[in-house]
Amino acid sequence: MLPDNRGYFGCFGGKFAPETLMAAIYELERSYKGAKRSVSFKREFEYYLREYAGRPTGLYFAKRLTAKCRGAKIYLKREDLLHTGAHKINNTIGQALLAIRMGKKKLIAETGAGQHGVATATVAALFGLECEVFMGDEDIKRQAINVFKMKILGAKVTPVHSGSKTLKDAMNEAMRDWVTNVRTTYYVIGSVAGPHPYPMIVRDFQSIIGRETRRQALRKIGKLPDYIVACVGGGSNAMGIFYAFLKDKVKLIGLEAAGLGINTSHHAATLCKGSIGVLHGSKSYILQDGDGQIKIAHSISAGLDYPGVGPEHAYLKDSGRVKYYAVKDKEALEGFKILTETEGIIPALESSHAIYYAVKLAGRLSKDKTIVVCLSGRGDKDIDIVRGVI
Amino acid sequence: MQVKRIDDKFKFLRSEGRKAFIAYVTAGDPDLAATRALALGLEASGVDILELGIPFSDPIADGPTIQAASYRALAGKTTLKKIFAMVEDLRSVTDIPIIFMTYYNPVLRYGLKEFFVSCRKCGVDGVIVPDLPFEEAADLTALAKHYAVAAIFLAAPTSTPDRIKAIAKVSKGFIYYVSLTGVTGARRELPKDISSKIKEIISVTEKPVAVGFGVSQAKQAAQIAGLADGVIVGSAIVKIISEKKNIMPRVFRFAKSLAKAIHEA
Repeated sequence: MLPDNRGYFGCFGGKFAPETLMAAIYELERSYKGAKRSVSFKREFEYYLREYAGRPTGLYFAKRLTAKCRGAKIYLKREDLLHTGAHKINNTIGQALLAIRMGKKKLIAETGAGQHGVATATVAALFGLECEVFMGDEDIKRQAINVFKMKILGAKVTPVHSGSKTLKDAMNEAMRDWVTNVRTTYYVIGSVAGPHPYPMIVRDFQSIIGRETRRQALRKIGKLPDYIVACVGGGSNAMGIFYAFLKDKVKLIGLEAAGLGINTSHHAATLCKGSIGVLHGSKSYILQDGDGQIKIAHSISAGLDYPGVGPEHAYLKDSGRVKYYAVKDKEALEGFKILTETEGIIPALESSHAIYYAVKLAGRLSKDKTIVVCLSGRGDKDIDIVRGVI
Repeated sequence: MQVKRIDDKFKFLRSEGRKAFIAYVTAGDPDLAATRALALGLEASGVDILELGIPFSDPIADGPTIQAASYRALAGKTTLKKIFAMVEDLRSVTDIPIIFMTYYNPVLRYGLKEFFVSCRKCGVDGVIVPDLPFEEAADLTALAKHYAVAAIFLAAPTSTPDRIKAIAKVSKGFIYYVSLTGVTGARRELPKDISSKIKEIISVTEKPVAVGFGVSQAKQAAQIAGLADGVIVGSAIVKIISEKKNIMPRVFRFAKSLAKAIHEA
């Protein structure tokens, strides 16, 4: 069972955090252990996933998309249908319940695309908790609608002006705030990143995606899918859908953002092009220069625009269990377009990376094969960006 | 033996009944020639130990003042390699203990072993890594010990008694007590629990305890010098450097006022 008791997935993970946070990190670890054993916690978590978030989400056979590809059958795991429009809510419900269990009254979060920020602001409203979301200035401009949503949900949105003004800097600022208010604040990390136990906690809360997919595939297809395809920024939706299949003979594929191309300096392909380092509390692959300075990532999708990746993905890459490839901005837009036109589903630009790859893959496979794509979010938030480029 | 320079300094100060003034500047802000001049001028102004910040793109433990200094240093293409060369050059003119304050990633990228080889070769006496708690530091402490460099660990207001004991045990040179829950940066007031927490650390160790984060005025420095073995001032100095005008005389005047407050406390 990974992570080990020190929070490592092989040589990745760990707790690289300032001393001021260490007591809180251990407190979180203990509380989560207790919550995991608690039947009432599990029941409550499942209650909100079902009654509030809208689980289970469908495993939808994309008939016209499949017909267009003339190959493997494509199924979509419809996380886009969840409340707030993305898989992020699975994790924020879980962590908010954990925060309440720990007696914390305030949630803080970082956000890139704004999906995790909205999902955190949503559960803060739901449970009557205070909420502050740190968001890069650049992302605030790119994701104006999500900023407004967070505000009307009662959250304070704090713009981050340092560094690249995107997700990595929002995470820096959230950690600084956590260091300052550690006694009263719960930090809701939105991806399978950060110091242990976060990568494990977020994975566990998101693993419902894979467990449902497994059950639904056996019922609808009569067997497990041959491929599961998901986009990877920090990697929470991918980890969520992969986790239940790690021991099966299902091919798992993660798609990173290649931005303008992985051989340019404008991409976010951390696993494909990065090297091992320590960022935001854990050891993993990161994008860095020869002096160990973190490089600025680029992707058309704010949610993938991150120079790090969850440590468990780093482990799964090195072990060979999951294959990771990268999809360019332009290709993601193609994926966006094709799903919208063939199925009437407007996907998030993040998920569009996975769609594009699945379409190409399906065309190369025979008709008896099946591919499940994790459709991690819907594209309403990206309409302005897409309008700007097509 | 380099850790010795730090130990000797504290021993000497203790024998004189004085406390240590530890001054922080970000290396390469505004450039490395200035850092060299600042180092020598600070020593002449009464600074006992020099702490050099290694600029990093994502300094999560630092407030806006030192973040900005890091970005300025990086904009001037400051690298760890160049900083080592500057320190090596400084060693021909000064014996002041020099400590690096660096995030873990630049050290890893440089190569953990190579880093300590360079520390030894260039005359860096100690290293503080704010995002490396002791439970992740086994490799670093082993190499530091081998190359006679002090691995200095931080204790915080939130550190449990067990952690304080572990930190006191593993830390070499001195124990860096972070005065408040927060990032680096000047604060108008020091936290109320500061004296009880310093006493708690002193009660479990013979090693010197120096206090940093938030200290910006002579009065605060004197108050801490009454409680601990050393006072660390960073952001308040870096702020003067950021104002660009007449940096040297203003920094040294400020340092002299702090030195006086600390040494006479």
